[in-house]
Amino acid sequence: MADIALVEQMSRVPERTLAVRKGGARDTRFRLLTLVAALIVLAIFAGVMASLVIGAMPAIKQFGWSFVTSEAWNPVTEKFGALASIYGTLVTSMLAMLVAVPVGIGIAIFLTEICPRPLRRPIGIAIELLAGIPSIIYGIWGLFIFAPWFQEHVQTRMVDAFADIPYLRDVFAGPPYGIGIFTAALILSIMVLPFISAVTRDVFETVPSVLKEAAHGLGCTTWEVMWRVVLPFARSGVVGGAMLALGRALGETMAVTFVIGNAHHIQGSIFAPGTTISATIANEFTEAVGDLYLSSLVEMGLILFFITFIVLASAQLMLRALEARAGSAT
Amino acid sequence: MMNKALYARRKLWNGFFLVLSVLAATFGLIWLGFILGALFYNGVAAFSSRLFLEMTPPPGENGGLANAILGSVMMSALAVLAGTPLGLFAGTYLAEYGRYTRLAFFVRFVNDILLSAPSIITGLFTYEILVVKMGHFSAWAGAASLMVIVVPVVVRTTENMLLLVPNGLREAAAALGAPLSSVIQSVTWRAARAGIVTGVLLAIARISGETAPLLFTALNNQFWSSDPNAPMASLPVVIFQFAMSPYEDWHRLAWAGALLITATVLTISIIARILQPKRSH
Repeated sequence: MADIALVEQMSRVPERTLAVRKGGARDTRFRLLTLVAALIVLAIFAGVMASLVIGAMPAIKQFGWSFVTSEAWNPVTEKFGALASIYGTLVTSMLAMLVAVPVGIGIAIFLTEICPRPLRRPIGIAIELLAGIPSIIYGIWGLFIFAPWFQEHVQTRMVDAFADIPYLRDVFAGPPYGIGIFTAALILSIMVLPFISAVTRDVFETVPSVLKEAAHGLGCTTWEVMWRVVLPFARSGVVGGAMLALGRALGETMAVTFVIGNAHHIQGSIFAPGTTISATIANEFTEAVGDLYLSSLVEMGLILFFITFIVLASAQLMLRALEARAGSAT
Repeated sequence: MMNKALYARRKLWNGFFLVLSVLAATFGLIWLGFILGALFYNGVAAFSSRLFLEMTPPPGENGGLANAILGSVMMSALAVLAGTPLGLFAGTYLAEYGRYTRLAFFVRFVNDILLSAPSIITGLFTYEILVVKMGHFSAWAGAASLMVIVVPVVVRTTENMLLLVPNGLREAAAALGAPLSSVIQSVTWRAARAGIVTGVLLAIARISGETAPLLFTALNNQFWSSDPNAPMASLPVVIFQFAMSPYEDWHRLAWAGALLITATVLTISIIARILQPKRSH
């Protein structure tokens, strides 16, 4: 009997090697499949860069560096310069960050320190919903609701208030159109708020409680604990979150297109209409006639991609370093 | 005596900044309420069954958004159908096969850039490689453009969710003699299923409101069209066109469309949040 069992087992050996070999072949196929998918992600990125560079070539050849230093934008004479759009992009994003960073950190402090525990999750989710609302909704709301309200109740008052102060008088100069660079910046700041507060709250939660307890034990107030212990500890994460938000603000299209006013020149007043790179592309691309016009718009896209790449790459490096530290700490 | 003054000052500052942070949270919540309130108020007023049954009208006539709704659903579905497998496999490579390799590091970096890259750039990219080559605008190009947005979202969540699966599970399956591909397909994927579905839902939520990538790929279409080789209307593009127009009745339709999109997106994100597994610290 034992012999028969042994024989049976022996006879199965080739079957098993066959199964193992088959599994191995399937393994290789699956591994290759996932590898190819990963390479396609790289290919998409390379394709984006290559297509933008190729599309922008005619404009690069025609205008050279003057493209980024010239304010001219004249489709009739085919003179194109991106300076006004680049200026608008940078100014709206900077102003948005000026509002969003302190408020975002404030929200994170509120959520980790002050808010009663049962309310933390709902309020946190509500703030994050701001990031879930599509940008076109911010656009239509900004155009029909926010801009008229802002024009009537805030802008006119600000213009009056600063009318006698040198410098500020020019920065906040009228006429108050409602739409313009400042309105776009405010709406951007609301849109990126959740990115900052979510990342900041997450880093705040990685701060070891021992550190906070020690500071409280020395008699620090809650604010002193936040300012002297938690914030320095979480600094790179907060900066990383802010950079992530900045990357979003720089590339935001629809919300800005609705309310910026589309003016291709640079004015000192932040209440004046302006334009951004993405707004110019969104507004003019389908109506652009002529290769040089299209190519100039593509070159603007290339510049935008380049700027956001640098911002997002540095955001990533900061957050990665933080992750590595959090990993080694536990 | 001096100490008392110091204490008083420190307490004052503490109170001051804590009040500021409460105000910051209120600031965020007020905007949320303001936006959703306005959207609801204006959107509901324009809501009717016509919205789903009639085509986008010329100015001055009655109509609905049926062709735009169809276009949005079709292009989003195509983008998700094509983008999900790609993202799933790439995310699997990052978490399972290549976890510590240099290639994976590079792919991860590039993927995170794509994740936050301006969506108008993906529109330009698709325009250059599809619209120019095909010679005309089409729903294929629109869907491809949305796919470029879907892939990085799915890659990121897939990788994150697979990394949450304990190694013990993988080791146990491997010890039973299962080849690595079976370990991944029948054990780790299954363990991470809820999270991966969350990723796909988030991707759907993200693209249903995207306008910029569709502007010069799918363009727009005033009529009912289900031909993916022709220009196609979509809700966001129609909202953009209608809101920027001077016509009152177009504005009303734009508000109704905006409410429709927001309700869809928020519902999907709330479902995604419920499905999302808790992250262990």
